[in-house]
Amino acid sequence: MPKKSDVTRKLEDVGIEIDGEVESAEEDTNAKSKGGKKKTAAGKQGKAAASEDGEDEDEDDEPPRGRRAANRKKAAQKQVEEEDSDDEIPQRRSAGNRRRGKPGANGGENRESNKRNKRGGKKQKEDKGKGKGKDDDKNSKKKNSSEDSKSEGGEEEEESMSEGERARLMEEVEEKKKLIANIRNKPWRMKRRLKHLKEAQLFVDKFEGALGKGKGRKLYAYKVMMMKKWIKFQRDFENFKTACIPWERKIKEVESHFGSSVASYFIFLRWMYGMNLVLFSLTFGLVVIPEVLMGLPYGSIPRKTVPREEQDTAMDYSVLTDFNGYCKYSVLFYGYYNNQRTIGFLKFRLPLSYLMVGIGTFGYSLMVVIRTMAKNADVGGGDGEDSEFTFAWKMFTSWDYLIGNAETADNKYASITTSFKESIVDEQENQKDENIHLRRFLRVLANFLITCTLGGSGYLIYFVVKRSQEFANRDDLGWYEKNELEIIMSLLGLVGPMLFETIAELEDYHPRIALKWQLGRIFALFLGNLYTFLLALFDEVNAKLEEEKAIKNASIWFMKEYFANYTANNPNETGTPPPIDPADVIRGPCWETTVGIEFVKLTISDIQVTYLTILIGDFLRALIVRFLNYCWCWDLEAGWPSYGEFDISGNVLGLVFNQGMIWMGSFYAPGLVGINVLRLLTSMYYQCWAVMACNVPHERVFKASKSNNFYMGLLLLILFLSLLPVVYTIMSLPPSFDCGPFSGKERMFDVIIETIELDLPAFLGTLFSYAANPGLIIPAILLMVLAIYYLNSVSEAYKNANNELKKKMQMARDEEKNRRNNKDSTNQVMKDLEDLLPNRSNVPPPEEKKDKPDERKPKVKPGAAGNAVNLQKDVSLASANPNARGPVTQAPGPRAPGPGHSRGRGQGPPPRP
Amino acid sequence: MGSKQTTFRDDQLDEYQDCTFFTSKEILRGPRTTRRLHGRFRDLAPNIVPMDYTNNPDITLPSSVITTMPELKENPFCQSIVETFSEDGKGNLSFNDFVDMFSVLSEMAPLDLKIIYAFKIYDFNRDGFLCEKDVEETVHRLTGEDLRPEERRLVSQRVMEEADLDGDGKLSVIDFENMISKAPDFISTFHVRI
Repeated sequence: MPKKSDVTRKLEDVGIEIDGEVESAEEDTNAKSKGGKKKTAAGKQGKAAASEDGEDEDEDDEPPRGRRAANRKKAAQKQVEEEDSDDEIPQRRSAGNRRRGKPGANGGENRESNKRNKRGGKKQKEDKGKGKGKDDDKNSKKKNSSEDSKSEGGEEEEESMSEGERARLMEEVEEKKKLIANIRNKPWRMKRRLKHLKEAQLFVDKFEGALGKGKGRKLYAYKVMMMKKWIKFQRDFENFKTACIPWERKIKEVESHFGSSVASYFIFLRWMYGMNLVLFSLTFGLVVIPEVLMGLPYGSIPRKTVPREEQDTAMDYSVLTDFNGYCKYSVLFYGYYNNQRTIGFLKFRLPLSYLMVGIGTFGYSLMVVIRTMAKNADVGGGDGEDSEFTFAWKMFTSWDYLIGNAETADNKYASITTSFKESIVDEQENQKDENIHLRRFLRVLANFLITCTLGGSGYLIYFVVKRSQEFANRDDLGWYEKNELEIIMSLLGLVGPMLFETIAELEDYHPRIALKWQLGRIFALFLGNLYTFLLALFDEVNAKLEEEKAIKNASIWFMKEYFANYTANNPNETGTPPPIDPADVIRGPCWETTVGIEFVKLTISDIQVTYLTILIGDFLRALIVRFLNYCWCWDLEAGWPSYGEFDISGNVLGLVFNQGMIWMGSFYAPGLVGINVLRLLTSMYYQCWAVMACNVPHERVFKASKSNNFYMGLLLLILFLSLLPVVYTIMSLPPSFDCGPFSGKERMFDVIIETIELDLPAFLGTLFSYAANPGLIIPAILLMVLAIYYLNSVSEAYKNANNELKKKMQMARDEEKNRRNNKDSTNQVMKDLEDLLPNRSNVPPPEEKKDKPDERKPKVKPGAAGNAVNLQKDVSLASANPNARGPVTQAPGPRAPGPGHSRGRGQGPPPRP
Repeated sequence: MGSKQTTFRDDQLDEYQDCTFFTSKEILRGPRTTRRLHGRFRDLAPNIVPMDYTNNPDITLPSSVITTMPELKENPFCQSIVETFSEDGKGNLSFNDFVDMFSVLSEMAPLDLKIIYAFKIYDFNRDGFLCEKDVEETVHRLTGEDLRPEERRLVSQRVMEEADLDGDGKLSVIDFENMISKAPDFISTFHVRI
């Protein structure tokens, strides 16, 4: 082909870019030509197929690609030239087109033959239907179709469509749609992506309406339209959702200064905030607000009134901060709620709703935590077998692209360097244990010390709780005695971790292992404290229950006495006596409210301690270091106090335990969830400010990606542990007789039984009673256990199969690699990659250019014959640069002598045997 | 907030949304403080980049301007990144390339795509393979002068031993993919938020 030579040079210049484009263009035209040809009254066969490729594109009104080539071969087409002007890179395109054209011409036979019968049918119809010349016909169609598919030409075409064509068209439309959906995943240049997107969209627009037949067509069009609307809606909704996620920018800012590890804490905090918001809306929407709106007002019944003897001090600030006085008899706590079955004109079943919300809180939390964990596990993906790629991973994944701050970047450089050095040292001298006995001894000692600390802290808390119970009966208490428990617990939480860190230095573990130990120990400390606190609380509750029995009798006796007195004093009056003032009624201790108050106090003091720690430990320290540095004997910033680091593990654990407290306490203090939401909201802003203002980036990087699910696991554990006491109290402790929504009942869950008996139809009641029969429950549990066992073993089997497959894949891959060691890869990824290669780096030496087309010809020619040959063409396209093609075009003999470096570089001349 | 002037037509926004991993609010020029992409692009050179992008003006910014962005400034590979995403390979970015870059580097982009571009970025001499020189260059950029040359060489040799499965002395994209898709941190570190 002599025409080629003028553009060959250019082709070589842009060679690789075009290769990729040609490839995809060919796919497109392959697809398109099927659709496009339906419209053209194709009289030409054989050679003309090539030019049709170009022509079809024009018809589809895409950005003109093959203009030149089409022109050259088919000068009759005039309208093409008009659009030539907006052809940006005509050289490339024509070159690409010609290359594509050739295989089409040579190997187009099979494609032709595929379409021959279809075309024949069409031709007949069109000849019959219209008396126009073929060319005119084509032209008019071209215009029609380029403007609007539903014009007259389109309609006529629809009639001529057979069933098979429609199916094929449908398929293509589907394909295009898939392309539209996936285009963002293709490693193409944006320009190319936009172009393909436009093409595909036009194609879909044009042919979508043409599908479906007769009456069905309208329906189909309607369906398509609705589908589009639905997609649009989904997209808008998605945008709306992303717009609703708060603090994105704040977190980003923190992230860029401190790396992803610190940001992970804030993301966790945000997640917690979201979850608590849902819990808050549940509690407030279904319990608190109905009670406020429809329940009896304050002062109407004893449980809603401050007792007479407390009324003088009920509004004092000190009393209110202890959540006594008006706070205690408010909607925030369990005791305020009445046991009326229904309230208000809506007949809202408040007691039932209270119990359901209590259970629902746990149910929702469990579901969310487990779902998030599953999602994280899914994303986590990389089942990194350690030590396989230590250096490679360090090399390619250690730089955090999020870093946008010079200081952080410096730290990151330093940490990368040290980690490389560490690895080198590890590499050079595998193990160098000088005194293993000393180390073992130290580790045992450290663990012993820590166990002692844990036990000590547990005992201390138990002791303090006991003492506070004694104090509860006395009045002459100072501020310290009143708040002793909270202070001690917060102090333990503060001192314990530091102590552990000091002790852990004895152990001399690798930092990452040390960190895990540290997390585990702090967790144990907090958990021990929490459970000791709980046990002590249970003692208190039991004492209160005893006390309550006596008071119950006393109050019954008092009522009787009152009536007796009343009738004795006013013998002539019949009927009921005037009710006693609610403030004067003798009432029980109401252990539920006490528990609720304990939890609220604990939460509040936790908030205070956390905030104060930040203020003093971070802010004040930063101020001192910053400003005293001018007049100090050593460099404060570099030396001892320096600035604080953000303590991720401590903060996360604090958050987790706080949440545990909320879960436990929210049943007895519905207001607690509200307090927690406020806490999370403020601490988001406060901590964001604090971390930006007073902390410095970490020296040792704490990996965020892996630990995320670790935090979730801790949360799940805490959730389970806080579920236990609440469920225990609901199931087995009798509720107080004179306060709360369940008063007067034997057990709290009686509310459900009552509802079933009274409100549901009788047969449902009997059904439930059958279902609650042990004879049914035990088999059900057995069945569940069996199901779990079965699913477990199935998943185990899948895991095995998975591993097996992985191994096989790895083997196949290795084998393949070995086989084509010196050939170039035939991978799609590779091709796309080449497309991305900038053109300048691949300028081959000049003498190469003339030879190239000749080299290619034999290879490309069979290209259109079928899939197998396409593959072969891929081989040629996939090579890294034109030079590297050498070995492929040569006979696939033994390995080229120097397969590696000289060839791969792209600068030197290719090996030419 | 700026004027009500339209920067993009709706269909352009739709197209960008189809082609990238951004939501439409991220391409639209919003308030200056929201630092959306076009705003950022324009901020780099306010007198070159027009407000109005409805007719796709063909304007490119040189890499020296692009790399002043705080997101890229500290990155040791910023020059390579910009070159990878520029159409001419010299680091001149049009707005399309710019969008493309941050789309690939966004959180939503899938792993396979990121791997391909990461490979491109680490391939400093653009020959389609990570040869030992590329790897050494990477080490050098990561550690500066803190490692001795022989240590650098040792590191790059170890990388080759680990990742080069076919033993041809250089990493192909398949080797790279195989290695990096197992890395636990790659997906979390190879992204830039804009």
